[in-house]
Amino acid sequence: MDILTLFVVIPVLTITGILFLKDTRHVRLVSAFGMGLQLLLAAVLVFLYLSARHAGNTAEMLFIKDYLWFKSLNIHYAVGVDGISVAMIALTSLVLFAGIFASWEIEYLRKEFFISLILLSSGVFGFFISIDLFTMFLFYELAVIPMYLLIGIWGTGPKEYSAMKLTLMLMGGSALLLVGLLGIYFNSSPDGNLLTFNILEISKVVIPLPAQRLFFPLTFVGFGVLGALFPFHTWSPDGHASAPTAVSMLHAGVLMKLGGYGAFRVAIFLMPEAASELSWIFIILTSISVIYGAFGAIAQKDLKYINAYSSVSHCGLVLFAVLMMNKTAMDGAILQMISHGLITALFFALIGMLYGRTHTRMINEMGGLMKVIPFLSVCYVIAGLASLGLPGLSGFVAEMTIFVGAFQHPELFYRIVTILAVSSIVITAVYILRVVAILLLGPTTNEHFDHLTDAKWFEKISVVTLIGSVAAIGLAPFWLSTMIGTSLQPIVDRIIALNPF
Amino acid sequence: MSLGTFLVMRHELLLIASALLVLMAEIFWNPDKKRYISLFSVILFGVITIVGFLPSPIGSLFGGMYETSGTRLLMKNILNIGALLVFIQSVTWLKKEENSEKISEYFILLISTLAGMNFMISAGHFLMFYIGIELATIPIAALAAFDRYKNKSAEAGIKLILSSALSSGILLYGLSLIYGTTGTFYFNEVAALFGNNNLQILGFIFFFAGMAFKISIVPFHLWTADVYEGSPVNITSYLSVISKGAAVFILIIILFTVFPVIIATWQKTIYVTAILTMTIGNLFAIRQQNLKRFLAFSSISQAGYILLGFIGGNQLGMASVIYYILVYIFSNLGAFGVVIAISNATGKENMDDYNGLYHTNPKLSLIMTLALFSLAGIPPVAGFFGKFFLFTAAAQKGYYLLVLIAVLNTIISLYYYLLVVKAMFINKGETPIEKFRSDFPTRFALGICVAGIVVTGFASIIFEVIKNLSFGV
Repeated sequence: MDILTLFVVIPVLTITGILFLKDTRHVRLVSAFGMGLQLLLAAVLVFLYLSARHAGNTAEMLFIKDYLWFKSLNIHYAVGVDGISVAMIALTSLVLFAGIFASWEIEYLRKEFFISLILLSSGVFGFFISIDLFTMFLFYELAVIPMYLLIGIWGTGPKEYSAMKLTLMLMGGSALLLVGLLGIYFNSSPDGNLLTFNILEISKVVIPLPAQRLFFPLTFVGFGVLGALFPFHTWSPDGHASAPTAVSMLHAGVLMKLGGYGAFRVAIFLMPEAASELSWIFIILTSISVIYGAFGAIAQKDLKYINAYSSVSHCGLVLFAVLMMNKTAMDGAILQMISHGLITALFFALIGMLYGRTHTRMINEMGGLMKVIPFLSVCYVIAGLASLGLPGLSGFVAEMTIFVGAFQHPELFYRIVTILAVSSIVITAVYILRVVAILLLGPTTNEHFDHLTDAKWFEKISVVTLIGSVAAIGLAPFWLSTMIGTSLQPIVDRIIALNPF
Repeated sequence: MSLGTFLVMRHELLLIASALLVLMAEIFWNPDKKRYISLFSVILFGVITIVGFLPSPIGSLFGGMYETSGTRLLMKNILNIGALLVFIQSVTWLKKEENSEKISEYFILLISTLAGMNFMISAGHFLMFYIGIELATIPIAALAAFDRYKNKSAEAGIKLILSSALSSGILLYGLSLIYGTTGTFYFNEVAALFGNNNLQILGFIFFFAGMAFKISIVPFHLWTADVYEGSPVNITSYLSVISKGAAVFILIIILFTVFPVIIATWQKTIYVTAILTMTIGNLFAIRQQNLKRFLAFSSISQAGYILLGFIGGNQLGMASVIYYILVYIFSNLGAFGVVIAISNATGKENMDDYNGLYHTNPKLSLIMTLALFSLAGIPPVAGFFGKFFLFTAAAQKGYYLLVLIAVLNTIISLYYYLLVVKAMFINKGETPIEKFRSDFPTRFALGICVAGIVVTGFASIIFEVIKNLSFGV
């Protein structure tokens, strides 16, 4: 068994383990153990990857394993990773690990909760390791569907409505995606050779331009729905607000990144000509996401809604940067995915913990929490500062890189849009600081709050894991940036060769 | 001609022989031994199913009226598997007091319809085809009215026989036009003599309309929901899976071998009917409360997806259709199996009755979820692979718009499948269905369905075998 397949096998084994447990009290221990193992495996993978690169292995993808699956359609189970997917895998394991501890106190149908959560994660891991479009799509859908039960059963508020809306919109995205993928497949071999779903092989041929014009928008929008592309973002606020803590974390932290990653790896990488031709349309849409999301966050009073809109804004920035099609901006996009994944997971974890204590998520009903629960409050401030891009934390590195890269674009239109998008940083500062001020500072507004207890040990594990990673990226961004950069280089070279600016 | 050549029609001979054996048992067994008739029939049919997979001679009989080939044998075997599952699922229901007198009737009628379908699939001549179709239809009408003391069941029987008669009339009219313009009923001769003559195209349209009745393709679907609702659940599942599957099989064979000349015509016909069938089936399914009606409309929309495999006229298309029917047998019989189990235990058939089912009967809920996800085409279960191949087949010939409409339709279908999942997992039932344990046959059949749903997708060998036996225009 190769190391990459282990990323899917371990969750499946963990699920099997949970299924056979008699005592539901041990469920979370088994889950924590399984996902801890997964985290360890991710660390090993990062190490192996870096040492392979260090040893001078310059192949585009490492650890490639390829098994023929459906011979007549040339469908393979093919896995392989480059620096970008390794980074995404590490992100997923971190968020998942923190998510398990953040849902430590789930009581209702505990077994089923952890099974669904881990099943979802196996889809995410499978997606990131796949280099065959068919398996990629399979894992993509696998990651979406447990969401329905997770939100519908364990959610809060209008959970049934939100769960249905989220599932149907995301599956709608995957419907467009399916057509796009079939289009890529049937154009993957203009010379009449064997058709293929393999990303690396398709990247070696040039898909005919008329086909690209047809299938690029389908693929991009298909992934864009998951990446909260305006106007297909409306599932996100409702879904995140209704989801239980760990699901919000995983969804905003990781699942939305599937959209960005897919848009980059499939839509733009395989169809660069159409991408540069049509990018202006999607640049406009993503800019709207960025700015509209930020303004939306100002208008909200529910902490989860604020954060959901903020995610729309930040994930919009990912797609925005990817579409700029130069190395710095794309580098920033990947950094932003990882940084936002960690920060937003941290936010949702903290919101869940606050909600568990105060039983409200309305900011105007809270106040003065800094005095009673200092640990959680300080963490919340750190998350806020990271989100608004304070130097020294990961958000700054990512957004800085994006805007520097985007402004390098030679055309005036793209520069103007970049200036507009930069304004989102200011708006972000407004809503983050406002929340911090109302929520944490000042006198306690509710006497019930005086008796709140600070974070328990499992909550601390969850929060510290995430804050540590955010700070690590912020303080030492270069090892990550290099890892991404070297993998990005061949992709960017190819794009530039096809579209000299 | 030696008797050995008759072995070519082994499937049909075995079915007729077993129908006769069951009849003998009914006549000659003591009344106290008659409760073993179910067991006897199921075992007999199980043996037939297994024998069907043994290597068999292929060829034609009666001067080409009867033909068989690897593809047709495969189709018959797939139908046998489905019918066997229906048989096993019926055992519990047949134990009921009111059915005790009619057990052998039930099996004899079912086996005769299956024999009819086999003759239909093996037809090399339109007359043989028509006889097969009638033999398949008339006993089913009797079965639909099996609960004859219930008004709804009797009504279902009458509706089925009347609409079948009408559709047969239309079909025959089409065939007579084809005969009038070509002067023959042999498939290969009709294929050779067919041109783009208007009268011939009119004949084809009538033929297609007649078949559309059997597969319940919109706008010929109106009988479906009422008949499905009124019939006993086991017959509903048989109608929605086996009857539909058989009609799909023979339609694809006839379209690909008899009418390749007018492929442009039937592609247009199928393009329109596929869109209508998917969309209308799905939109009507949303509003259904009775699970039998619900599954009826769901099966109409499934027929629409299946048409996507027809449209390219390609080998991949035929392979994906056969494969999808196999997957559909497991998925739909899985869903029906749960409905049957609950209906037998409590008599409840409405979606509201399923509220909170997961808390009392977790296994049944999980099987239902798996089956519905397979019908909706959610990975990693077989339905995903089935739908993917159907869409790939249509996309191969450039029907991207049709594929897009079809995938968007799967989203609508996902909505109503999730409604059932929601009822079982999320809704709180005031009077949930009590915890119960189903008996062995029910559990056995459900086990096979689940295994089929899980394995058929991953085991690529199944698809490859089907692909190798398929052919294009």
